[in-house]
Amino acid sequence: MTEVAQARAAVTPLAAPLSSAAPRGAEIIVRGLIRNGVDTIFGLPGGAVLHIYDELWRFRDEITHYLVRHEQGAVHAAEGYARATGKVGVALVTSGPGATNAVTGIATAYMDSIPLVVITGQVPTSTIGTDAFQEVDTFGMTLPIVKHSYLVKDVRMLDSVIDEAFRIAISGKPGPVVIDIPKDVTAAVCDWTKAVGGDEPSANSHQFVDHDRIGTVIEKLLAAERPVLYVGGGIVTADAADDLTHLVDILNVPVTPTLMGLGGFPSAHPACLGMLGMHGTYTANTAISECDLLLAIGVRFDDRVTGKIATFAPNAEIIHIDIDPSNIGKNKQPHFSVVADARTALRAIIECLSEKGEGVIAASIERREDWRRKIEGWKAAAPMNCEHSNDEIKPQALIEALHRVTGGDAIIVTDVGQHQMWAAQFYPFKYSRQWITSGGLGTMGFGLPAAIGAQLARPEAQVIAVVGDGGFQMTNQEIITAIQYGIPLKVVIMNNGYLGMVRQWQEMFYDRAYSEVDLSISPDFVKLAEAYGALGLRATRPADLEGVLREGLAHPGVTIFDIVVSKEENVFPIIPPGQDSLRMILK
Amino acid sequence: MVIGNTRHTISITVANEAGELSRIVGLFSARGYVVETISVGKTLEPKWSRATIVTRGDERTIEQIVKQCGRLARVREVKAVTSEPHIEREMALIDVSVTAGAERQDVMSLVDIFRAKVVDISHERMILELSGTRDKVDTFIEMLKPLKVNDVTRSGCVAINRLSPFDRSEEPNKSSEE
Ligand SMILES: Cc1ncc(C[n+]2csc(CCOP(=O)(O)OP(=O)(O)O)c2C)c(N)n1
Ligand SMILES: [Mg+2]
Repeated sequence: MTEVAQARAAVTPLAAPLSSAAPRGAEIIVRGLIRNGVDTIFGLPGGAVLHIYDELWRFRDEITHYLVRHEQGAVHAAEGYARATGKVGVALVTSGPGATNAVTGIATAYMDSIPLVVITGQVPTSTIGTDAFQEVDTFGMTLPIVKHSYLVKDVRMLDSVIDEAFRIAISGKPGPVVIDIPKDVTAAVCDWTKAVGGDEPSANSHQFVDHDRIGTVIEKLLAAERPVLYVGGGIVTADAADDLTHLVDILNVPVTPTLMGLGGFPSAHPACLGMLGMHGTYTANTAISECDLLLAIGVRFDDRVTGKIATFAPNAEIIHIDIDPSNIGKNKQPHFSVVADARTALRAIIECLSEKGEGVIAASIERREDWRRKIEGWKAAAPMNCEHSNDEIKPQALIEALHRVTGGDAIIVTDVGQHQMWAAQFYPFKYSRQWITSGGLGTMGFGLPAAIGAQLARPEAQVIAVVGDGGFQMTNQEIITAIQYGIPLKVVIMNNGYLGMVRQWQEMFYDRAYSEVDLSISPDFVKLAEAYGALGLRATRPADLEGVLREGLAHPGVTIFDIVVSKEENVFPIIPPGQDSLRMILK
Repeated sequence: MVIGNTRHTISITVANEAGELSRIVGLFSARGYVVETISVGKTLEPKWSRATIVTRGDERTIEQIVKQCGRLARVREVKAVTSEPHIEREMALIDVSVTAGAERQDVMSLVDIFRAKVVDISHERMILELSGTRDKVDTFIEMLKPLKVNDVTRSGCVAINRLSPFDRSEEPNKSSEE
């Protein structure tokens, strides 16, 4: 059937039941979303989801649907929404190409453990497997990148599937759940009395914690002479930032967050060593190699963090606390572990500590005086400095200026590349969920649509997308989505004329053979902004930078900043991939 | 502790629903785990199936397999059966060419020794059924090879833990026979 014929077929039988005594599948879906607290979804219609869109029209006062221009944008926007709030983000796409376009977003969410429900249309049940028009095996295609998925072939299952999908997406270690729904199931009328399902077993979640093991963690922590807390996205996911700060204030132990953990601990806190890993600070990486106790919470010993895994924290006893048992020992075998979410674990630690008596704690802090002095020495020896120039805007200076003009309060959403690392290094974060980035999959094109989702989730906050000139061009079509809905999106393009991060690797590891990284032929981003009806502003000289940023941020609508920065700047420090931190290159 | 590339049998109790088996098999291939044999069937409650997968790996890999399978929403239980005393069996159907007379007598004595069964017969061929440990099945097929073995279908292993915690076979990691 052609799309036109499909559309016609869908238009004819539309006497939508007004009583929910015998609703059709599409109504059950939309009511299911509402029941699960959804008021915002992102999507783009097509033949297989027409019935659902028809119901969305009926329920438009309860759910606002944001029409994106590409399904990748829908899923990233849903992710931005989820990451800014901790709530489940929802996207709706059609079968076939709608689903394939959504795949990058689903994989991005999977790698970063972001709770999503993605509803995909499917060809009618009777035509599944016949290579029907716009048929693709969405269930099979997304199997390795979902926390769970469904192909719902019976309208009576829909109700319980939707509830369970939300439960699974958010529980334990969160992740994306795909619900693939054939068109006929959305049209079928459901006899409630025959509704089935609802007793499916779901993933184990770990809300309790073994107090004996927590006791051991505390003994080790109090006895350590050179401890470091290595904390990651698990802190953010579990909303455990306050508990972490509380613990550090009691015990005064140094903390280093991963890229995903930024915001989970205030960057300006005196105990913060800065980010660790490939582009981490000298202090953080040196502290890791010298510590005698590494307490890892809500992290997964990712290769971008550890470099050469065998020599990561070589002198430390490693304690790993994580909600996902499979994370423990996956990359690095810890000496001791606790399965618990970060908040439960931290609260248990704090509670047990309070029984210890002040003398014990004071003695432990006292014993670590040398360690603190050593760390201060490293901080002073290799601070994260930013060079300034009068002729060209240094990328690091751009981030610092952004920090100044936003008072450090903005939610920063990034794309992937050099600008991402500079934003991580030079924008000190104050609060959890202030930093939204694609860490695990490293998806270029993530930033702009994710910022749309974040801004919708946090309308009162200043949300800024910091993107590269490369990644911007992967999803800039969503500018019009922001325009259409009056979302005051602010996009800062760090324009270095290159696929910068790749160029840096070519410079450092491939003898400066700049193979296919030149972006000097790019559209005029200011004119592009104007074509979309947005404000476009350009800054090329350091003297103009702050003024341009202030002007654009004050604009009530969408602003696209084309900030032309020095072309061949490199991100430092860098630990070359697969090496240990002794190989860190500082300049 | 057993180090190296040891054979292990993993028993996974998973909801008897469409797609759940592909989720498990997909997980094995995505994470580079070996599937040597796999067999699946209903458990006592028809809602639940049990997949028995024979794989290879060191202790850490096996531990990861158990944990990774445990993450799946529809998996109720994952056990490394081989880490405790257990019984393991495989079944084979073997199609051999045998003419009446001495040849058939040879086969029949093998059938007798291995306690196999003849499940089909024609003038030139026989189909034999055997169940036992993997080694026993291997040996039986080996012994038949001088005759003409046309085809073999093996079920893959199924396994269950012993009732008593004491393993009666000498080697801790080897399943005992009968
Ligand atoms: C979809 C996708 N394709 C390719 C890559 C590989 N990659 C990583 S960083 C990068 C360069 C990004 O260039 P740009 O967006 O201009 O950012 P910059 O590094 O210059 O700040 C590329 C191509 C990726 N991460 N994602
Ligand atoms: Mg660039």
